Amino acid sequence: METKRIYVDHAATTPMRREVLDAMLPYFSENFGNASTVYAEGREAKKAVSEARDAVAKAIGANTDEIFFTGSGTEADNWAIRGVAFANRAKGNHIITSAVEHHAVLHTCQTLEKEGFEVTYLPVDEFGMVSPEDVKNAICDRTILVTIMTANNEIGTVMPIEEIGKITREKGVIFHTDAVQAIGMMEIDVNKMNVDLLSMTGHKFYGPKGSGALYVKKGIKILPFITGGAQERNKRAGTENVASIVGLGKAISLATSEMGEKAEKLKALRDRFIDRVLEEIPYTRLNGHKTKRLAGNANISFEFIEGESLLLMLDMQGISASSGSACTSGSLDPSHVLLAIGLKHEVAHGSLRVSFGESNTMEDVDRIVDSLKTIVSRLREMSPLYEAVKNK
Amino acid sequence: MYSEKVMDHFSNPRNVGEIEDANAVGQVGNPKCGDIMKIYMKINDETKQIEEVKFKTFGCGAAVATSSMATEMVKGKTIDEALEITNVAVAEALDGLPPVKMHCSNLAQEAIHSAIADYYNRKGIDPTHIVGCNGDCACCHHDHGESEE
Repeated sequence: METKRIYVDHAATTPMRREVLDAMLPYFSENFGNASTVYAEGREAKKAVSEARDAVAKAIGANTDEIFFTGSGTEADNWAIRGVAFANRAKGNHIITSAVEHHAVLHTCQTLEKEGFEVTYLPVDEFGMVSPEDVKNAICDRTILVTIMTANNEIGTVMPIEEIGKITREKGVIFHTDAVQAIGMMEIDVNKMNVDLLSMTGHKFYGPKGSGALYVKKGIKILPFITGGAQERNKRAGTENVASIVGLGKAISLATSEMGEKAEKLKALRDRFIDRVLEEIPYTRLNGHKTKRLAGNANISFEFIEGESLLLMLDMQGISASSGSACTSGSLDPSHVLLAIGLKHEVAHGSLRVSFGESNTMEDVDRIVDSLKTIVSRLREMSPLYEAVKNK
Repeated sequence: MYSEKVMDHFSNPRNVGEIEDANAVGQVGNPKCGDIMKIYMKINDETKQIEEVKFKTFGCGAAVATSSMATEMVKGKTIDEALEITNVAVAEALDGLPPVKMHCSNLAQEAIHSAIADYYNRKGIDPTHIVGCNGDCACCHHDHGESEE
């Protein structure tokens, strides 16, 4: 019997909503104009882009002319960091970030280190939280940028962005946040958060892949990242991907208008999942903070087993989830986030990330937990590490 | 990314378990790297035939599948024949492994060597000239990755 598949990897990507697809469709073949042209087709495209820009601005409390479209969240992160670093090079060469950032930020910072910049990678506490005090202490007279994510993609920890922003404002340092995971999950207001730049991508909130945006507060000095034509007010060249931009606009409007109720639903799923797993499966631990975490995110370590095996077995049961094991990251080390919160390598290898979304139900939660109980005990029976514990 | 054979051996691994009266036990790998394989054998002292073999593995899909396949391959073989099984042969028997997973097939080969070394060590015979190492494969399992890039 074919059972319904359960997708619980919404932190990786989400299915595009029908309303978003419908909004995008006219901008492929019918209204195909280049937004930079003066005639009717071009004006049509330009209007669509401008409406999407309004929608994005409204969703995060920004002004329309502070929103710049990009091709992805990664591009927004790369641009924010490199663009600010080089535009403010005369002021200093020091950048502050955290050990748990997404690779789009971490690898960009590492690249800058090879180009004469100095980067401080702040540690996090056991929950994955950056301390505002640490940010304050790390700022020196050469610091030009602080970049800390709004919420962590692996363990869901929501960072004290507002407080960090207060500090950077006082010190006159530019503050960027990667809010890729946070949009649609929690209230995002760039003014309340005291941020100067903010990255996002549409596909994490039921919009299209290959869509992204960067908020740049008015007055912030930033160099273009992609040079060429005069699109995006000379800041980001390349013919506008109108359909994708329209999709991003539609998706963010839907995500923010329905957020409160949806987040509550996701939290209920998340908490039931976490509670059941911790209660019913021994040798497990929750990674991240119990309450200061993204509504749909659960990250659990199962001792004595390895994450990829767990994922493959879940997949066979029709469940799609994610892990921080080395074997799933394509590298040899387990997730840098799990190591940064102090997990031992072997425990980090056995982690599971479940990220709930709109399609999930309480029945799904129960089916996942029931499957996990069988799978985890089967893998443990096969594990020489468990044998050692059992025989103690 | 995995062949059907790998998935078959992963989802229905052969020879999982322990042998209580095993006379050859080897463990290789490192929890830090994310894979450990422990292999149990019962070797006939007269014929030097591997009569029984079981394994336990902590690791990814490829680690489990290579453990399963390697135990199938050594079962019934003599020590000399078992020592001839290479990591490439284990990988080929599984219709290949993704390049980043080739180290898992080393693990299986090393586990076999480690168990056979243990067999000789228990008898007070230095296994170095037979197995090619002293059997402390947990230490020499250092070919993890870097060379594969």
